[in-house]
Amino acid sequence: MAEPWEDEPEGPVRKFMYVNRRAPYGTIYALESLEVVLIAAAFEQDVTLVFMDDGVFQIKKGQSTEAIGVKNFSPTYRALEGYDVEKLYVSRESLESRGLTTDDLVVPVQVLDKDQLAALMEEQEVILSF
Amino acid sequence: MAIEVNGKSYDTDEEGYLADLNQWEAEVATAMAQADGTELTDSHWEVINFLREYYEEYQIAPAVRVLTKAIGKKLGKDKGNSKYLYELFPYGPAKQACKYAGLPKPTGCV
Repeated sequence: MAEPWEDEPEGPVRKFMYVNRRAPYGTIYALESLEVVLIAAAFEQDVTLVFMDDGVFQIKKGQSTEAIGVKNFSPTYRALEGYDVEKLYVSRESLESRGLTTDDLVVPVQVLDKDQLAALMEEQEVILSF
Repeated sequence: MAIEVNGKSYDTDEEGYLADLNQWEAEVATAMAQADGTELTDSHWEVINFLREYYEEYQIAPAVRVLTKAIGKKLGKDKGNSKYLYELFPYGPAKQACKYAGLPKPTGCV
C-alpha cells in the first residue's frame, strides 16, 4: 500500500462547468455551488465557473451580511486560485444590466457575451446549474 | 460534546472540531493534541497559525493539496510537501491541524 503522503494514482479528469445564476443569499444555491466547486477542485477536475443573471452578485465586492445573520462567504471566491480554479467567466449582459463592471468584483474574471458563453458550454462534459 | 481546558468547557462536534471558532485559544490546541498523544512543537504551531491566517482571509479550511502548496510558498519547499506534513500530523495534515486550529473540517477533505 502507498504511504499516505504519496500521491494517489490520477483518476479521470472531466470538464465540469458550474453555472451560478442566483443571488448569493436568500437561498442556499450559491453556497452549495461553491462547496461542490471546491470538492471538484480538490479532486483535480477541470473546473469552469460562470456567473450570470443575479449570480454576478455572488462575486460583488463589499458584501455585508451582518444584518441577515449569515456568513459572508464572498472571500472564499478569492481562494479558488489556490485550488487552481482560474477559469471564471461572467456574462456581459448580466453584468451591464446590473450596472456593474469587473472593478466591482472580488476576483479577476473574463467577460463573455451570449454567443461566447454558448460556445464555452458546448466544450463541457458536465454542466451544473445553480 | 465538549472538552475541558483549565476548568473551561468548549463545545465540539462529534468529531472533536470546535463548535465556535472564536472560542479558540492556544491552550485548546495543546489539550486536543495531548488527547491524541501529540506534543505540539514550533513546527506544529507554524502550520496551525498558518491555517488560522488562511481561514481569516478566505473563510474556509483548505484541502490538503492546497494547504501543502500554500505552506511551500510561505515556509519553503522543505516544508511544503506531504511527507513533512504527515510526519507532523499523522492523522492527515488538513484534518488534524484544522482541528487543533479550531477550524471546521476542510471541505472535500480526505
